[in-house]
Amino acid sequence: MFHDTVLHDAGVIAGKDLRLEWRSRVTTNQIAPFALLVLILFAFALDPDRGILTRATAGLFWVAVLFSGLLALQRTFAIEAADGNRDGLRLSGLDPAGIFLGKAGAVALELLVLEIVLGAGVALMYGTIFRSWLLLVVTCLVATTGVAAAGSLYGVLAAGLRVRETLLPLLLLPILAPVLLGATRSFEAALAGVPSDGWPWVELLAAFAVIYVAFGVLAFGSLLEEA
Amino acid sequence: MEPVVHFRAAVSLLGRFPALAGVDLDVQRGSIALVHGPNGAGKTTLLRTCAGLVPVVDGEAVVLGHDLRQAADRRAVRRRVGLLSHATCLYDDLTVADNVRFWARACGATIAEADAAMSALGVDGRLADVSVAKLSAGQRRRTSIAAMIARRPELWLLDEPHAGLDAAARDVVDGLVRAAAAAGATVVIASHELDRATALATDVVRLAGGTVMPAPREEVTAGVS
Amino acid sequence: MIPEHTGSRATRIIGALTLAGFAAMLVLALVVSPPDQVQGDAARLIYLHVPVAIAMNIGFGLNAFGSAMWLWKKSRWCDTLAVAAAEIGLVFTALTLLTGMIWGRPTWGVYWTWDARLTSFSLLFLMYLGYLVVRQLPADPEVRNRRAAYVALLSFVDVPIVYFSVSWWRSLHQSATLSLNTTISGSMLFTLFVSIAVFIGCFAWLLLHRFRVAWLEDEVEAKGLDLAISERRAEALVGPRPVEAR
Repeated sequence: MFHDTVLHDAGVIAGKDLRLEWRSRVTTNQIAPFALLVLILFAFALDPDRGILTRATAGLFWVAVLFSGLLALQRTFAIEAADGNRDGLRLSGLDPAGIFLGKAGAVALELLVLEIVLGAGVALMYGTIFRSWLLLVVTCLVATTGVAAAGSLYGVLAAGLRVRETLLPLLLLPILAPVLLGATRSFEAALAGVPSDGWPWVELLAAFAVIYVAFGVLAFGSLLEEA
Repeated sequence: MEPVVHFRAAVSLLGRFPALAGVDLDVQRGSIALVHGPNGAGKTTLLRTCAGLVPVVDGEAVVLGHDLRQAADRRAVRRRVGLLSHATCLYDDLTVADNVRFWARACGATIAEADAAMSALGVDGRLADVSVAKLSAGQRRRTSIAAMIARRPELWLLDEPHAGLDAAARDVVDGLVRAAAAAGATVVIASHELDRATALATDVVRLAGGTVMPAPREEVTAGVS
Repeated sequence: MIPEHTGSRATRIIGALTLAGFAAMLVLALVVSPPDQVQGDAARLIYLHVPVAIAMNIGFGLNAFGSAMWLWKKSRWCDTLAVAAAEIGLVFTALTLLTGMIWGRPTWGVYWTWDARLTSFSLLFLMYLGYLVVRQLPADPEVRNRRAAYVALLSFVDVPIVYFSVSWWRSLHQSATLSLNTTISGSMLFTLFVSIAVFIGCFAWLLLHRFRVAWLEDEVEAKGLDLAISERRAEALVGPRPVEAR
């Protein structure tokens, strides 16, 4: 019963966010091109001919995911901060755990789209050859869940503040350091063709995701309360 | 019978500022109370407090049987009220129909109720598929009212409900308010437009400095006519 | 009644003992204990580095404890403890990083290496810097305390994951970690224990004072409420004050 309402409410919120995204096309028309731009900037900053890009592909990929993910998070909580919508959510009677899962789920989906775009980007521009597909896909899913969950918690915390654009990266990026590390190592292992080195990192990423999803389900309601 | 809204010396803070500095107020079921007063008198905070959005730190405040000093009660009262605030609570990138249906579903109402509310406010048909960002201020306001009434609240909290509406839309809103009160809902209107709102109201309360001033109804009505 | 200062008999005793302890520690660390066989005089930095790192850990432990207790009991005492412990913990983190870097220069030849502890402490430093930023944003006390408490707990649950991931990451590449399990003589061990005790005393002294300052700040803010209510009610007679005056 409890789970039914939570999942129903998560569906209502995620459906609204994805419909809004579908109509405004901010992720596809602005954030995804920005992510590709970051890949090009890396090529300018590092010497593309000496193989540095090839060696650093995994790290650059995940740094680009984090930066563009920050934009997606800013956006998804900015729309809730505008025009009294936060009050609307508080008045709605939606379960806060459902709101959290809905927001985080929609963000995770947007991040996965960004990861596909970035994956195509590194394949084309850095000449990356993907292998160990299972490890790559599982790493993406688990790391994205962690980023979306932790990001939604800090997103709602910062959303009502005047300083949210600057505060969110300061709070979120140190927390996400283990995700960047784990996902990068796991990708390196996959690209090097030794997936067995990557799976322990996936476990670490999974622990992170579980902790922050649980935290969000428990704490989101009281973070939404601020007025 | 228990009043729907019962305040005794209620104090609410905005930050450290006592926006409500000891309010006494009783609103009976089925009545339409008009709260008026100068800018900064605390009208908006009074409505937000009734909606369970602002905690009561001192005094008594009971709305629909919920004690507003308790966090759990404040959460419970929110589902039962409809608040029309200055902000319209609409997502710019969604259409009128998407917005009204989303809020209706979020509040446990059906799509049919959402569509009925949209036609009551005249934002159905061709307007329903227009992005909210493209609406005029008045259309936006009507959409917001539609989203509010779709949830069929027991207590209507209307902050300047006539602001930005044309004469026809004002008549529609007045008709909805009277019908809701006749059907057993309770309405609290905050307004400084006395002439229109007084004709609607069954009780009139004057608010100033975060407190209720003694203002007999005859005096207010006399001043208007 | 608001006291004129934050001292008390207890803080004066702790303060005097800490001061005497510092003097004893200087003698022990610089004169009595021998230089390390491998690292020479640079090893004497562990008498600073290890105690401040321990005090740092106590600070963040108390911060997490105070934050969790505030969410549970909503008692002002817990929140005041959390913020006082975090501020002092942050100072000790900075000292830990600084002494670590000073030690790294003669030992590794560079101030900074991507040593597991140095790396995780720097992340910790940034996390708690964020905590204090959130704690200082203007908001009403309930909201501010809740926001800060959640930031503290969100950071605290991340600390083991950060430390684990960073040490795992570094162990794949190099094994040179700031390890102190070299053979340690009796007088060195004694000096280390003395300096740990002294720094814990110093931490306690700072914490008591900081706690009382924070407590008094809240007291002053709360005192204004009755006055604010009567001023607010007076607006009914003379009309509202200009908005800026609030």
